[in-house]
Amino acid sequence: MVEILSDITDDIYKIQVIGEVDASSSIHLDQSINEATKKSKMIVVDCQELEYISSAGLGVFMSYINELKEKKIKMVLFGLSEKVRHVFQILGLDQLLNIVNSYEEAKNLMNEL
Amino acid sequence: MNLRKKYINTTCWVLALAAWVVMLISGLILISGHPYPYKVINEVSNFFPKVFLAVYIVSVYMFFYYSIGKSESLNILELLWRIFVTGLVATIFSLVSRGFLLSAPEALPKSGLNQTLIIYYINIGLILIFLLAVFHVWKKFILYQKSKNLVIAWRVFSYFLLAGLLMSLLDLPVFGVLFNLFFGFIIVIGLYLSVNLKWVAYLNFKQKWKSVLLNLLITFWLIYFIYFLTRFPNGNLFFINITDNITVIAVFAFVLIYAVFSILVTLFNLPTSSVFEQKLEEVISFQRLSRSRNTDINEENIYDILLESSVSAVIANAAWLHLFQEKDMEKQTLHYQISSSRRQEIELKIDAKTIEHLHSPEEVRDYPLKKFVLNIDDDEYKSMLLFPLFVQDQLIGQIALLKDISDGFNREMIEIIRTFVNQASISIENQRLLLEAIENERYKEELEIAKRVQGSLLPEILHKNDDFDIIAYSRSAAEVGGDYYDTYRIDQDKVAIIIGDVSGKGTSAAFHMSQMKGIFQSLVQMDMSPQEFIMRANHALGNCLDRTSFITISYFIFNRATKKIEFTRAGHCPTLIYQAKEGRVDFLEDSGLGLGILRDDQFENYIQVNTKEYSSGDIWLLYTDGITEAKNEDNKEFGYDRLRELVKEHCTQTPEEIERVILNELTTFCGTKPPSDDLTLLVIKFK
Repeated sequence: MVEILSDITDDIYKIQVIGEVDASSSIHLDQSINEATKKSKMIVVDCQELEYISSAGLGVFMSYINELKEKKIKMVLFGLSEKVRHVFQILGLDQLLNIVNSYEEAKNLMNEL
Repeated sequence: MNLRKKYINTTCWVLALAAWVVMLISGLILISGHPYPYKVINEVSNFFPKVFLAVYIVSVYMFFYYSIGKSESLNILELLWRIFVTGLVATIFSLVSRGFLLSAPEALPKSGLNQTLIIYYINIGLILIFLLAVFHVWKKFILYQKSKNLVIAWRVFSYFLLAGLLMSLLDLPVFGVLFNLFFGFIIVIGLYLSVNLKWVAYLNFKQKWKSVLLNLLITFWLIYFIYFLTRFPNGNLFFINITDNITVIAVFAFVLIYAVFSILVTLFNLPTSSVFEQKLEEVISFQRLSRSRNTDINEENIYDILLESSVSAVIANAAWLHLFQEKDMEKQTLHYQISSSRRQEIELKIDAKTIEHLHSPEEVRDYPLKKFVLNIDDDEYKSMLLFPLFVQDQLIGQIALLKDISDGFNREMIEIIRTFVNQASISIENQRLLLEAIENERYKEELEIAKRVQGSLLPEILHKNDDFDIIAYSRSAAEVGGDYYDTYRIDQDKVAIIIGDVSGKGTSAAFHMSQMKGIFQSLVQMDMSPQEFIMRANHALGNCLDRTSFITISYFIFNRATKKIEFTRAGHCPTLIYQAKEGRVDFLEDSGLGLGILRDDQFENYIQVNTKEYSSGDIWLLYTDGITEAKNEDNKEFGYDRLRELVKEHCTQTPEEIERVILNELTTFCGTKPPSDDLTLLVIKFK
């Protein structure tokens, strides 16, 4: 099960993903990212409490890569556990997504992009 | 059994007839005045007719005992009709013979006396048949819904009657002390028995009238026969005046009393018979509603039966049944003696709020009964009963019953409607569950077929060359899954091997897996480099995968000529390699990107092709994340390290043994937790 919280501060739309993202709960993740793309040009995804992500969850992130590029929306993920990060790495998604360690780094990266 | 019954019946008849004939002959001899040749016989000859009369009575009694008393079914009107006809025949004969006697009074004294005796005997025979027939039918009526006491009372009654028959042979003075005592006792039991008239309740209105009529006629015959017997000219002269016979008198009295009781009780029951019929109909309706578990009765039938039964149970003038379609709450309505427009007219006048707030069967149960009824302001209809219909806690309809009088529904009526509605709910629920079960069964079968088809997509025979052995294992978490592996022998030296995993699981993954199979089988035949293979595969999949799906693969070409393996990894789990020379076990952590993630030319930039030499004893372990991400009860993953250690530990063993060790370890690790993902394992060992 997953819990997703979101809020906007300083034009940055923050999505906090808590728990496990699997085939059934990936729909919620999809909905909240979709919501974020409509409301802000800057999205950070807080993965500090993301315990597990399945291939379906990865598919959600993957599906936004092109859309974000086209709409010039910046998205940064931060705080991934080693295990979760490894999952992104194996698939090769770390090459396409911006992944950093902390919220500060995420904010800085956001300004650089 | 039937044969035996027939045999008894015939015996009784023959016996009765013989007794009657002997009685007649002895009567004729007596009246002729010629003595018997033996003195002994002469002294008792006066008794002959009486004795044989008793035999006759017993025989006829036994006949009816077996023919009426033992039949299982009770058709009241038919039985009444039969004794009525018997009585009619006896009466007609009696009247005709009387007429004959009156027309020729004492014309020929001697032969006339003989004739009169014959006629008298025949009359008595017929009257007794009628009397005993009535007696047995009454017995059957009285013992309808019998109790132990009743059966005992009846037995005592019949023994007394038999005793009476024996006493009649003793020439007791009629209406003497003993006679009166005995007679009085029989009558008391007879009266006790006569109040058992339960059968009357089971007749409907029409049948009650018929039975009154038949009973009246039967009573009339009885009275006529009593008149006939007491007034028969010279009756006393013929040795067997049955008006002296205590049993015959008692039976006459008893059947007459019971006939009169029957008439009176039936008459008094006439006004209430409609209520009884109503109740019976309710029970039948209830049964019809309950029986609808059969597959040939569908939901519509149940609605029809509900409306029909409800209308007849409360005698409504009009009614309708709303059925809400599950999703859009659009109404479908069944009407009874009311037009759709009239119904809408009335609907505007009523305050539907009364039951609108009831959201569950529990609320309906606790709701005051009288609140389901409302009076309406309409020219035609004055009161209305509204009741909601719930199935599986969901409101699916509403039944409305109308009457042309105000306050037309009493407590019992509301109660019965509630019962009907509940029963209909149960029936519909059963119906739906049954259909659901059938549907599920079908889905299961479909999935079973899908499973078989998918099983055939995985290779049965794995291609290899002389340099290596290969073994594969694959298992889906659900019926079908998204794991894929395949092999292809390109030429004498080259063998292509692929392992893949479709994102997600279940049916959608299975479809994509079959697409991957198609792509592999098409491209591999063209003998292209891993670089080109993976590019074209990505391009092809880009056109057929949905937005959030991707496929990870590892693609290998084993070349015997060069002793090298060319391979590329597109986002798939890193291959585990054991190098025998160095004794090292490593995951091949190179870069790569899953197929379908980038669907344009940019994908090329992320392809990395490697080449590795192999030597004897090396092991290449190909697998999907179903193994490394398998979890135990504590939510811990099986992990990469455990896999690495296992291979290291068992590196000298055959591929089969290595596979078994890994799968066993995995099963032990997971314990009771069922696998949540598809898992595939390929072990390749070089010779």
